[in-house]
Amino acid sequence: MSQPVLKVTDLRKAYGAIQAVGGVSFEVLPGEIFGVIGPNGSGKTTLFNSMLGQITPDTGRIELKGEDVTQLGPLALNRRGVGRTFQTLQVFGKMTVRDNLIVAAQEHQGSMWSRMFAPSDSGLGAKADALIDQFHIRHVADKKAGELSYGQQKLVDIAMAFMSEPDLVLLDEPCAGVNPSLVGGISTLLKELNRSRKGSFVVIEHNMDFVMALCHRIMVMVEGKVLAIGTPDEIRGNKQVLDAYLGN
Amino acid sequence: MKKLHLFLALAALAAAIVVPSFLKNYGIHLFTTWLVFIIATMGLNLTVGYAGQKSLGHAAFFGIGAYTVALFLKAGLSFWLGLPVAALLCFVVGLILGFPALRVQTIYLAFATLGFNTALWLVMRNEEWLTGGTFGINNIARPMLGSLSLDRNLPYYYLVLAFTLVLAALLWALLRSPWGKAFTALRDNPIRAESLGIDTRGYTLLSFAIGAVYAGIAGGLYASQVQFIDPALFTVGSSIMMYLMVVVGGPGYFFGPLLGSAVGVILPEWLRFAQAWYLLIFGTAVVLLMIWLPDGLLSLPDRLRARRQSRLESAARQAAAKQGARA
Repeated sequence: MSQPVLKVTDLRKAYGAIQAVGGVSFEVLPGEIFGVIGPNGSGKTTLFNSMLGQITPDTGRIELKGEDVTQLGPLALNRRGVGRTFQTLQVFGKMTVRDNLIVAAQEHQGSMWSRMFAPSDSGLGAKADALIDQFHIRHVADKKAGELSYGQQKLVDIAMAFMSEPDLVLLDEPCAGVNPSLVGGISTLLKELNRSRKGSFVVIEHNMDFVMALCHRIMVMVEGKVLAIGTPDEIRGNKQVLDAYLGN
Repeated sequence: MKKLHLFLALAALAAAIVVPSFLKNYGIHLFTTWLVFIIATMGLNLTVGYAGQKSLGHAAFFGIGAYTVALFLKAGLSFWLGLPVAALLCFVVGLILGFPALRVQTIYLAFATLGFNTALWLVMRNEEWLTGGTFGINNIARPMLGSLSLDRNLPYYYLVLAFTLVLAALLWALLRSPWGKAFTALRDNPIRAESLGIDTRGYTLLSFAIGAVYAGIAGGLYASQVQFIDPALFTVGSSIMMYLMVVVGGPGYFFGPLLGSAVGVILPEWLRFAQAWYLLIFGTAVVLLMIWLPDGLLSLPDRLRARRQSRLESAARQAAAKQGARA
């Protein structure tokens, strides 16, 4: 069995008396799309923020391709091949779409000093154009990102996470606030990217149809703990999961 | 660069070369001062306008540059040695001043830099053995350029113009490089920037340090221009005035400092006819500008473009609605 891209072991984080995450363990395998679902307050966001270095867990261990990265911040994690999107839009509104994509990967090109008077596109123009075509946003490539519709900005936001060709991408509610007609498009894009880039994705999402159609395995969290991990079919048939969601 | 921008830049350059030769000494002095403040505010524009930091301590770097060059010249050393040392010193001190920016932001950072300016001003005023205290340093020499004397105002103006052009070209290249994008990303969304691998700490420090270098060079040139410096030139008030120049011109607009410095240096001269009312007119003009153009003078074309775009989109929507109603 190949080494997991991400291995989380007994992760715990409490805010005062509230145990937001209480001993969560799971693995994400190479090329896998791993979904994380759970009702509001189940600890998904705390788990996500711990994995992304935004907060430090109280105990537990996070390994990236075998390396302990529990104490690392977002910058160091990005340099080790972790990309991410945010629940809310996080594009650079005053830059063009193309520049948003270029800036998303330029820091992976040589040293800071070598970039001081380097060409504006850091040699990433062709790569940015390829992603622009893949995301069907060619017609807005030279527009400022802040002038685009919400759905278009969401696509830019997701595309930015893939520009540096990360080994692991963490997607925080990629369908949040998106027009239902675009949800299918995002799902297709993510499947394509997963196939073509062989990367692993972790997806937090409330849209069950989206998660079930996209993910290879799904982890269900309730009250900071793992309720179940399994394939979409296993999760659909899990009585405990149904009880947690339907309140029976 | 768009053709219109290129044409305007070339026209401004031609005017900057030709006009001063028709001016009297005072006019040349005023133009030189304008250029000096363009250099200083180009640096502040990088820190504030492009990297999104707050700094009310820019006059301190202007002072470090001025005193360094003045002390070098007084010690019989070359201006051409003093100016790089001033720039280097400002880089190091600017880097140090950047550290508070890693911990605090917005108004708190502004106050931290204001405190730095006050502390440095006190050093300039109290350390008489070094700075001359309130008496300042006088008889600061003008440099020689090879065998060419720059004692007269016009040749010195052209030296400052050359510095302005070289520093503007360097800043232009820097802002068009990946660093420029990193600074903008840092300003617009530091959390997202960090998640994309942008070293926000490094770029924050560098934005302060490079901005300080520009102020230091401007200060060094100013010391030789006016040939007398005292601490009154480097107060928090001067820092606020420089900040105002950046804001009035348009923070984050490359040519913002050109217009902002004109408002800060040339406009008060034009308003001299108003005598005691000058400050009231100047203040009112700035208040009105901030109300109508909070993003500065150079944001006007963008605003007009956005308004025209909005009108066109609205007309298109109405036309589509009418067509739909007919169908």
